[in-house]
Amino acid sequence: MISTAIDVLAAEGGHSIPLVEPTSAGSLALPLVLVIALPAVGAAILLLGGRRTDAWGHLLGTAAVVGSFVCSLWLFLGLLGRGEEERQLGLDLWTWFATGRWEVKLGLLYDPLSALFLLLITGVGALIHVYSIGYMEHDVRRRRFFGYLNLFVAAMLVLVLSSDYVGVFLGWEGVGLASYLLIGFWQHKPSAAAASKKAFVINRVGDIGLSLGVGLMLVTFGTTSFDEVSALTSGASAGVMTAIGLLLLLAACGKSAQFPLQSWLLDAMEGPTPVSALIHAATMVTAGVYLIVRSQFVFEYSDTARLAVAVIGTITLLMGAWIGCAKDDIKKTLAGSTMSQIGYMVLASGLGVAGYAFAIFHLLTHGAFKANMFLGAGSVMHGTDDDVDMRHYGALQKAMPVTFLTFAMGYLAIIGFPGFSGFWSKDKIIETALAESPVLGVCALLGAGVTGFYMTRLMLMTFFGPKRWEPGVHPHESPKVMTFPLVALAALSVLGGLLLLNDWIVTFLAPVTGEAEEHHLPVPPILISALVVLVVALGVALAFVLFGRREVPREAPTEVSFLTRAGRNELYGNEVNDTLVVGPGKQLTAGLATFDRAVVDGGAMGTAASIGGLSQALRRAQNGFVRSYALSLLAGAALVLLALVVVNLA
Amino acid sequence: MNGFDAPKIEYFTVSPILIVLGVAVIGVLVEAFAPRKLRYPLQVGTALVGLAAAFATSVVVFARLNPFAGDVKAGKVVAEGALAADGPAVFCWLLVLVLGALSVLLFAERRLEAGVVGFAGQAAALPGTEAEREASTSGLEHTEVFPLIMFAIGGMLLFPAANDLLTMFVALEVLSLPLYLLCGLARRRRLLSQEAALKYFLLGAFSSGFFVYGIALVYGYAGSMGFAQIAAAVQADGGERGLLLAGIALISVGLLFKVGAAPFHSWTPDVYQGAPTAVTAFMAAATKVAAFGALLRLFYVAFGGNRTDWTPMIWAVAILTMVVGSVLAISQTDIKRMLAYSSIAHAGFILTGFLGIRSLDEVAAGGLTGVSAVLFYLTTYGFTTLAAFAIVTLVRDGGGEATHLARWQGLGKESPLVAGAFAFLLLAMAGIPLTSGFTGKWAVFAAALQVGAWPVVIVAVLMSAVAAYFYVRVIVLMFFSEPVGDGPSVTTPSIMTSVVIGFGVLATLVLGIVPGALIDVLGRVGVFIR
Repeated sequence: MISTAIDVLAAEGGHSIPLVEPTSAGSLALPLVLVIALPAVGAAILLLGGRRTDAWGHLLGTAAVVGSFVCSLWLFLGLLGRGEEERQLGLDLWTWFATGRWEVKLGLLYDPLSALFLLLITGVGALIHVYSIGYMEHDVRRRRFFGYLNLFVAAMLVLVLSSDYVGVFLGWEGVGLASYLLIGFWQHKPSAAAASKKAFVINRVGDIGLSLGVGLMLVTFGTTSFDEVSALTSGASAGVMTAIGLLLLLAACGKSAQFPLQSWLLDAMEGPTPVSALIHAATMVTAGVYLIVRSQFVFEYSDTARLAVAVIGTITLLMGAWIGCAKDDIKKTLAGSTMSQIGYMVLASGLGVAGYAFAIFHLLTHGAFKANMFLGAGSVMHGTDDDVDMRHYGALQKAMPVTFLTFAMGYLAIIGFPGFSGFWSKDKIIETALAESPVLGVCALLGAGVTGFYMTRLMLMTFFGPKRWEPGVHPHESPKVMTFPLVALAALSVLGGLLLLNDWIVTFLAPVTGEAEEHHLPVPPILISALVVLVVALGVALAFVLFGRREVPREAPTEVSFLTRAGRNELYGNEVNDTLVVGPGKQLTAGLATFDRAVVDGGAMGTAASIGGLSQALRRAQNGFVRSYALSLLAGAALVLLALVVVNLA
Repeated sequence: MNGFDAPKIEYFTVSPILIVLGVAVIGVLVEAFAPRKLRYPLQVGTALVGLAAAFATSVVVFARLNPFAGDVKAGKVVAEGALAADGPAVFCWLLVLVLGALSVLLFAERRLEAGVVGFAGQAAALPGTEAEREASTSGLEHTEVFPLIMFAIGGMLLFPAANDLLTMFVALEVLSLPLYLLCGLARRRRLLSQEAALKYFLLGAFSSGFFVYGIALVYGYAGSMGFAQIAAAVQADGGERGLLLAGIALISVGLLFKVGAAPFHSWTPDVYQGAPTAVTAFMAAATKVAAFGALLRLFYVAFGGNRTDWTPMIWAVAILTMVVGSVLAISQTDIKRMLAYSSIAHAGFILTGFLGIRSLDEVAAGGLTGVSAVLFYLTTYGFTTLAAFAIVTLVRDGGGEATHLARWQGLGKESPLVAGAFAFLLLAMAGIPLTSGFTGKWAVFAAALQVGAWPVVIVAVLMSAVAAYFYVRVIVLMFFSEPVGDGPSVTTPSIMTSVVIGFGVLATLVLGIVPGALIDVLGRVGVFIR
C-alpha cells in the first residue's frame, strides 16, 4: 500500500499542516541502518577495545563517520530520486517496549528534514574528525576522544532519525551524555569537570521538559510516534497543545542554550575545540530547533506556544550578541555568537510555517560557518600554546594565512556580507520576522548590527593590529590535516546560499513544514536586504573605530561601562541561577538533611536502641535452668488455654 | 465366622516409611555384627541407598496421586485409617528425605575432625577423663548415629501422614527419642552437648505429657482418635466443648514445642548451641518440616470445623514467636544461638502462612493456599538453614568450631568464597529479593492476607526488618571488619559437606529467581484429606 506522503488537512489558520505518513524505505533501508550503525559500532570498539585500539583508533573513528557521510549522500540521492509525494521513508525496527495500553516501537523516519540534518551531522562531523586527528595528536587519550565523538554522532543521528518521541528522547539523552563526557574530557582541570557537570545539570532541566511533554502526549494521544501524533493533534484541545508546546520549548531551551537555560554553553567551551565546533556550535545545540520544527504539528495548533518560542528566540539572540561583544576569550565570544545565531533559528521556528524552512536554512549555513570559525579558533590556539585571550593575539594574519583566510570567509558569512551564506539565511529570517511581527523583526535587525560589531572586534583583535603575543609564543600555521577541514568549511560558508536558489530549500522541506502563504511586506524585499546590510555596516564601522584605530590593551580594562561589565558577566545568568535556584536548593537540602538526621535517623536509631534494650531484657529470661524453662512452658500452656477460652466466651 | 480380620496395609503407599525404618534396623544389625572398620562405609552406604529408595518410591506415590489432574482431594487413607497419603503428606516426605539425605552427608563428614566423624568417640566415657582421651586417640567413632538419624527420619515421615492422634503421638516419639540422643554426642564441648541433650529430653518429655493429656481430652469429647471422626464430632457440635478446647490447647502445646514457637521455644537456643552442628542442622531443617506438616494436618482436618475458636490463639502465638525470635537474636553473640533464634522467628513466619487456612470449598486448583505457602516456605527455609549450619561447621580453630561471633570478624578477607556463600544465605533468611527467602515470605504473607490476617502480616514485615539487622550485622562483621590476628580458619571439607552447601546455595538462588515451578506444583498438591 502506498499512501500519499503529504496528506493535508485543512486547519483553522487556512494553511495546511502536513502529517507524517511514511512509506516503506525499500532499498534505502540498508544505508538508513548503516548510517547510525557505523559510528555506533565505532564507539563500541573504541570504548570497549581498550588500549589495543590506541594505535589506529582515531583512524577507525574517522572512517566510521566518513562511511556514515557516504551513506547520508546515498540516502539523499535516493530521496531526490523519488517523487515529492514519496519523500517520507519509514523503517520499523522492533518494538522497544510494550505495556498494557502503550506500545513504543523503535523505528526510523527519513524525510527531507532528517536528510538535511544527516548531511550536516555526518558532513561537518567527518571534517571535524579529520581535524581532530591533528588537534588531539599529542593527547594520550586521543582514542577515547574519538570514541566519545563517535558516540555523539551515533546519538545525534538517533535523535534526528527516530520516528518516535521516545526514540528522540533516547538520542537526546545520548547526545547529553556525549556532551558531558567531552566537555569534561580534560577532567584533570577542575574548571572542565565543573563545566561538564553544569552542562549536564542544566540540560536535565530541559530534559524534564521533554519527558513531561512526551508523557503528556502519551496521556493525551496514547502514542508517541510522529505519524500517529501528527494525525491526532488536530483533535486535541488548545490548552493541551499549548502545554505540550511549552514543555517541548523548555526542552529546546535546555539543549539549545536558550534563555533562561543558557548559562551552561559558555562554560562548555572548556571542552576541546573540535568538541565546541561539532557539538556546541554545529549540531547538538541545534537539536532544540530540530525538535520545534519536527513538532510543527504541535506548534501549529497553539499560537501561544509559537509566540513563546519566538520571544525566547529574540531574547536569546540579543543576549548572546551582547555577551559576544564583551568577552575577551575567543571561544566564549564565539559561544555567545552561537547562542545568538540559534536565537535567530528559534525565532524563525516560532514564526510558524513561514519560518520553519528558514530556521533550518540558517541552521545549515550556521553549522558550516560556525564550525569553520571554531576550528579556526582552535587552529589559532594550536599556534599560540592554547591561549584563548584575544588580547594576547594580534597580527596573526601573516603567521597563519590559511587560518586567517578561512576564518575571514566564516566572518563574512556570519555578519551577512552580501553573497555569503549567512547573508541569505539571516536576511530571510529578518524579513519574515518583520512581516510577521514588527517588534521581533526590529530586534532581529538590531541583533544583526551587533553581530557585525562583535565579529569585527574579534577579527581585528585576533588577526590585525600589532603583536601582543605572550613571550615565548611563536604562532605558526597548523598542519594540513587541520587546515583541510578549514578550507572545506570555508567553501561551504561561501556557497551555502546556493540552497536558496529557486527557493529550493523551501520547496524541498515543504512536505515536512507545510507550504507558507506569500508574505505581504509593505516594501520590496530588496529594500529590507539593503537595510540589513546598512545596519550591519554600522556595526562593523563602530567596531573598526573602537578597535581598529586604537591600541588594544593587553590587560582587560577594569573601568568599563555597565554594558561591558554585564556582558563580561554573561548578563549575570549564573548569579540569577545561584540566587533563584542554587541558594534555595542548598537551603532546602540542608533542611532536609537536618530533618533526616533529627527526625528520621532519630526515630530509627531510637527504635533500634529500644529494641536492643528489649532484647537485652528478654535475654535474662533465658537463664539456662531447665526448671525455669519448664515453668515457662507451663505458663505458655496456661496462656494458650486462656486464649482459647477467652475467645469462646467472648 | 472368624472374629479377626487381618489389617489391610497398602504396602506400596507406605513403603517410604517402611524402607527408612527397615534400613534403620539394618543399621542396628550392622552395628552389632559388622567389623569396626566396615561399619562407617556400610552405615553411610545403606543410609543413603535407603533414603534414595524411599525417595524413589515417594516419587511414584506422588505421581500416582496425580497432582496435576486438578483433583484437590487426591490421596487416600491407608493402613486402616492410621495414615493419610495425600499431596501435602507426600510432599513432606520428599522434602524430609532430601533434607535427611543431606544431613546424613553432614553426619558422615570426616575431614573436618581429622579422619573421624564429628561425634563423640565413646559417648559413655566421661568428659575429661582418661577413658575419653583413649577413645579419642584410638580413633573410635559412634557409627550408631546413622541408624539413629534413620529412625528419626522414619518418625518424621510418619508424623505429617499420621491420621489419628495415637499414630501422631507414636510418630512424635519416634522422631524425638533419637534426636535427644544425637544431641548429646558432640565430640567437642561434650558437657555442653550433654546438658543440651538432657534439657531437650526433659522438656520434650514434659511437652509430650501435655500432648498426651490433650489426646485424652479430645478423645473424651469425640469418642475417637481418628481425625475424620473428630472432625465429624466437631461438625456436629455435640458433647462437652470445654473438653475440646482444653484438648486443642494441650495438643497445641506439644506441637508448638516441636516447631519451637514462643512461648515454648526456650529449649531451642540451648539445644541448638550444644548439639553437634550437623544434628542442629538436621533438627532445624527436617524436624520443622515434619512438625509443621503434622500441625497443618491436625488443625486443618480434625479441628478445621471450629477454626474460629483457635485462629486467634495462633495469631497471638505467631506474633509472639516472631517478636521473641527476632528481638532476642539481636543480642546474641554466638552464631549457633543466633541461628537458633532466627529459626524461632522463621517458625513465626510459617505460622503466619498457617493462618491462611481455608476450607476445602474455597480452594481452587492451582491457587495459593495456606498449605502450599507453608510447604513452599518450609522448602526454602530447609535448604537455606541446612547450608548455613553446614558452613558453621567449617569455621574452626584449635577448640573445634569457632562459633563466637567475634571470631568471625574479617572472614570475608580470609575466605571470600565461604563468607560470600554464608552472606548469601543470611540475605535469604532476611528475605532479600532474588533469594528464596523473599519468595517464601511473599508466599506466606500473601496467604495470610487472603484471609484478612493483616495485623499479623504487619508485625511479620516489621519483624523481618528487625531480623534483617542481625543478619546483615554478621555480613558487616565478615566483610567490613579487620580479621582478628590468630583468627579461626576455614577448613576445607570433603565432597560431602561441599555438596550440602552447594545444594543449599543453589536451591536458595533458584527458588529465589524462578520460584514459579515449585509454587505451581504446590498449588496442585491439593489439600489434606480425611
